[in-house]
Order: sequence, then structure tokens, then C-alpha cells
Amino acid sequence: MTHASFIIAAYGVAAAGLSALIGWLVLDNRAQKRALADLEARGVRRRSDRRPS
Amino acid sequence: MAFIDLANPTRFLAWSARILPWLAGAAVAVLALGLGLAFSAPADYQQGETVRIMYIHVPFAWLSMFGYSMMAASALGILVWRHPLADVAHKAAAPIGATFTFLCLVTGALWGRPMWGTYWVWDARLTSVLVLLLLYLGLMALRAAVDDPSRAGRAAAVLTLVGAINLPIVKFSVDWWNTLHQPASVFRMDGPTIDPSMLWPLLLCAGGFMLLFLALHMFAMRTEILRRRVEALEARAAAEALA
Repeated sequence: MTHASFIIAAYGVAAAGLSALIGWLVLDNRAQKRALADLEARGVRRRSDRRPS
Repeated sequence: MAFIDLANPTRFLAWSARILPWLAGAAVAVLALGLGLAFSAPADYQQGETVRIMYIHVPFAWLSMFGYSMMAASALGILVWRHPLADVAHKAAAPIGATFTFLCLVTGALWGRPMWGTYWVWDARLTSVLVLLLLYLGLMALRAAVDDPSRAGRAAAVLTLVGAINLPIVKFSVDWWNTLHQPASVFRMDGPTIDPSMLWPLLLCAGGFMLLFLALHMFAMRTEILRRRVEALEARAAAEALA
């Protein structure tokens, strides 16, 4: 490997690692939002979110 | 409003929603500027172009320790004040800190091979950073292994505080032992030894990665709060179905 290839590899690994982390965090966030929306659609709500009847 | 009120999970969701886009935007802008300057900075007189790896490796190293320090502070919040947001902050920081530590080790290996002639040596600095990565992974595994989230949080907090002894070892390993890794060149009692033409791009990159870390942590905390609400609602729905 030339020195340039070490630099490219380092930046490539950093970009891939950070992209994977961000992707995982975004997917996890979407999954929780979807699960919460499903529960609310079934009428399961937090007590503080319930409107007085 | 008292400062502690901002740590209420519902209030946290409200104010973090307003701050997060600005934090993420600032991270991208500062990182773009820092990396732009890093590639226009002069090459090192000894290392040549390979010094470009420094602009990512050093911020990853600093933030691997910053992440663990945040978790240690959160561990105190869990054990002393039993604050729910401290537990959320602690859990959310672990995968981010582990990623930054992993990237520190890999970019360090890729810098070490052309400069030292080897990817890895078992010297005190490299080994203590590997121990830091294992601590992050161990804490994540511990939380995953204990069913009761409250017990898992307390156990993880105790392990975090025990593991915090590794932080000064990482920092001072290059002074206490004879290591292949170079000693500190920025945070020194007698001032930085690095030339300003490289120091400023390095500090900007570090600032950008710090903002990115904080943005990701805030985002992960928001997700963790949602996860706990989902789990609480599912448990209540199950209890109501049985009643």
C-alpha cells in the first residue's frame, strides 16, 4: 500500500463507520415512533395524553 | 424554570427537538470547514501526507474519552439521584462512544503502519484504548443481559464508575510508560508543540466531531425515551388485557 492508500482507507473507514452508526440510530428512532403510533392507534395512550371525557 | 426542570423527559423531548437541527447543522458546517482546512494544511516535514489521518484519528481519540466521561457523570446521576434522564443519557452514549473508540483504533492502526511499520503493538496507550472499547461493549452487553431495566442501569452505572479508572491511564499512559505512541502534543502544560497551520484545522475537526457526537447523543436519547414509553404502554396494554 502507498501512503495515499492508508489515508484513503482511514477516511473511508471513518465515513463507513459513522454512516452505519447514523443509519442505525435513524432506523431505531423510526421503529420506536412507529411502535408508539401503532399503540396510540389501538387506543393505548399515556395517562398524561388522555383527554378528559 | 429551574435548570433541573429541563431534565424532565417530556421537557427534554420538547427542547431537544428545537436544538437538534441547529446542532446537526453546526456539526456538518464545522466539520466541512475543518476537513477542508485539514487537506489544505501543509504536509508534515517527517510524516508527509500521512499526517492527514491525524485530523480524524485525534478527534476520535478525544471523543472516545469524552463519551466515557459523560457516561461516568451519568452513572453518578443514576446512583446518587436516580434520575431517569441520567439512565437514558448513559444508555444512549454507549454505542456512540464505542463507535468513536473503534474508529480511533482503526484509523490509528492505518496511521501506524506507514509511520511505525506495524498496525498494532501492545503498548500502554493502544492497549488502554482497546480496554476502553471493551468497557463500552461490556456495558452494552450488561444492559442487554439484565431483564429489569432499573437493575441493569444500576449495574451498568457501577461498572462505568469502576471502569473510569481507565481514563487517566489512557491519558497519561504515554508519560508513565515507554510507549511507541507519541506523547501529547496539544494538551500540555507547556503549550501545544504542533504548528498552528496544523493545530487550527485539528481543533476545528475536533469541534465538528464534538458537535456531531452531541447531536447523535441527543438524537439517541430521544429514541431511548420513546422506547421506554413504548415498553411502558405495551406492559399496561398487556395488564389491561389480562384484567
